[in-house]
Amino acid sequence: MSEPLLDVRDLRTEFVTDDGIVRAVDGVSFTVEPGQVLGIVGESGSGKSVTCLTVMGLNDRKLSRSTGEVLFRGQDLLHASGHRLREVRGNEIAMIFQDPMTSLNPVHKIGRQLAEAVLLHQDVSRKQAYERAREMLKAVGIPRAERRIDDYPHQFSGGMRQRVMIAMALINNPDLIIADEPTTALDVTTQAQILALLKRLQEDFGSAVILITHDLGVVAETADDVMVMYAAHIVERGPVRAIFNEPRHPYTWGLMGSLPRLDVNVERLYQIPGQPPSLLNPPAGCRFHPRCAYAMPVCREKEPRLTLVPGDPDHAQACHLDEETKRREAAALLAQITAGAAT
Amino acid sequence: MARYLVRRFLWACVLFIAVTFVTYVIFFVVPANPARLAAGQSATPERVHEVEKFLGLDQPFYVQYLKFLKRLVLEGSMGQSFVTRQSVNEEILRAAPITASLVFGAMILVLSISIPLGIFSALRPRSLLDRAAMIYVLIGISLPSFWIGLVLSYLVGFRLGWTPIAGYCEVFSVPEAAACGGLWDWAYHMILPCLTLAMVVAGTYVRFVRAEVMDTLNMDFVRTARAKGAPERTVIRTHVLRNAMLPVVTMVGMDIGLLLGGAIFIEAVFGLNGLGGTALESIGRFDLPVLQGVVIFGAVAIIIFSLVVDLLYAWIDPRIRLT
Repeated sequence: MSEPLLDVRDLRTEFVTDDGIVRAVDGVSFTVEPGQVLGIVGESGSGKSVTCLTVMGLNDRKLSRSTGEVLFRGQDLLHASGHRLREVRGNEIAMIFQDPMTSLNPVHKIGRQLAEAVLLHQDVSRKQAYERAREMLKAVGIPRAERRIDDYPHQFSGGMRQRVMIAMALINNPDLIIADEPTTALDVTTQAQILALLKRLQEDFGSAVILITHDLGVVAETADDVMVMYAAHIVERGPVRAIFNEPRHPYTWGLMGSLPRLDVNVERLYQIPGQPPSLLNPPAGCRFHPRCAYAMPVCREKEPRLTLVPGDPDHAQACHLDEETKRREAAALLAQITAGAAT
Repeated sequence: MARYLVRRFLWACVLFIAVTFVTYVIFFVVPANPARLAAGQSATPERVHEVEKFLGLDQPFYVQYLKFLKRLVLEGSMGQSFVTRQSVNEEILRAAPITASLVFGAMILVLSISIPLGIFSALRPRSLLDRAAMIYVLIGISLPSFWIGLVLSYLVGFRLGWTPIAGYCEVFSVPEAAACGGLWDWAYHMILPCLTLAMVVAGTYVRFVRAEVMDTLNMDFVRTARAKGAPERTVIRTHVLRNAMLPVVTMVGMDIGLLLGGAIFIEAVFGLNGLGGTALESIGRFDLPVLQGVVIFGAVAIIIFSLVVDLLYAWIDPRIRLT
């Protein structure tokens, strides 16, 4: 296999707050290959967004510290100069944010905001930049793009604004797109359209995508690989099929059990008991043990390491449970879900 | 747009009538007789009654008010002073440029001090400059304007002798008897009063600009701009400033309107016979027409500046539509 596009090694990010130091990302390593779609799943505050903002160098430098390596095409971005970072941002790595209602500048026409992205990175005339903006608006499916280029963000609906954000992210044909919960703020029908659009453009442009979400359903539809994060750690990662067919971590089981289903008649929606831990003072041992139904004495003392699942070189998990129990429990959970689907 | 302006104008008329009417009512509630004052101390009761009749004070106040309105609308005249028999229009026209010089001069200084200072403080919070600016803000807000005025006029005007201590010079149509005149003398006399007023007002503005810029810096679209790869200078200039300045525009407009009616302390300290002094004098003499003239001027100024603010706002912020 060739060199990965993005190689994150032992990334740690801390924020200095009034209450102490919050370690929002703690020893995270992963790679993204060219053209790959990686889904990062986890609850709010699990560190998935901070991981990506750190990759982009968008954390407030005064309030945060990061260590480790972020190798983009072999070059470390974490220690790159501000100038080099700006060259990469929006050009080689682009980002789509969660809330399209607030992510566009309300006082500038969208044409100007799109063209700005082009002019920052390419040596073209304003006219060519606007031409490119028009093309991209058409590509993301905005009707009457020629006229709408002169509209302001407030004249677009949420879904249309997210299309504009996607157009802005793709306008310089980046190698990597980081989409931070791109559909969370949208209504359900629009969510599906935006995901389909993202998937189609990703294939057309051949960009790699990191898709951050808390929605396993979104990941199942779009991602090649999945990384499950809990309390600043990676607890499980692997190809999407492995995660969905043979989940190996109790937290992943919990996420799968929490998926609401129309076809299953349950009295109450399953939920993982308790709250995610405070990162100011995370629990010792396995961070999930206070909420885990399978917790053993060892979980309170020893932190489980991310290890490969026997027989699958791509699938890794961090749990002390023995392989036999995990296999049995995962099979039982899947049986329950499929049985629910059958009735 | 045309509909908006028509509606705005009608509202202005309603506001105008309300303000002037209230002035009339208050004036007639006060138990004093302007006629007695106008007639002089040794006047006989018959003489006072004559003066009353001459000034129209023998009629009920609503009749007087309607007469006042009629004269204003038909002749564009605000009447004559009870005391000096001078035209109120002329009196206001004499006093207004003085106050306007003070207020606009001060506003220009306020903005040129507070916008850069506010922006720098916001960009480097807790830095030395930020802390120094915040101390200045505290001083500016706490100290009374007349005190700052007196200290400045003593230090800069008297001890250093850099500026005149008091007085005003006309720019245009300088009277022959005047000791000074022209643009240079005008600016030379106005610099200290303007600076004083600016020092008082700028504190609030520095705080305000700083808060707005800091707020805007945390907006999602600023992060978007950074994610595009825009250098920090561009981010501030094209994405932060315009959004942060929107509320400042409103505040400037409101304050100009307000100050035009009442920068009286500073006028008094620097011997500027502007609208504030005129108002105070006319209240002391129960000179209703002149007082009414000042009220009208203030009300019109506020109405005009709030309209200007709204138009400006709609021009800067595309989300606002005037309907």
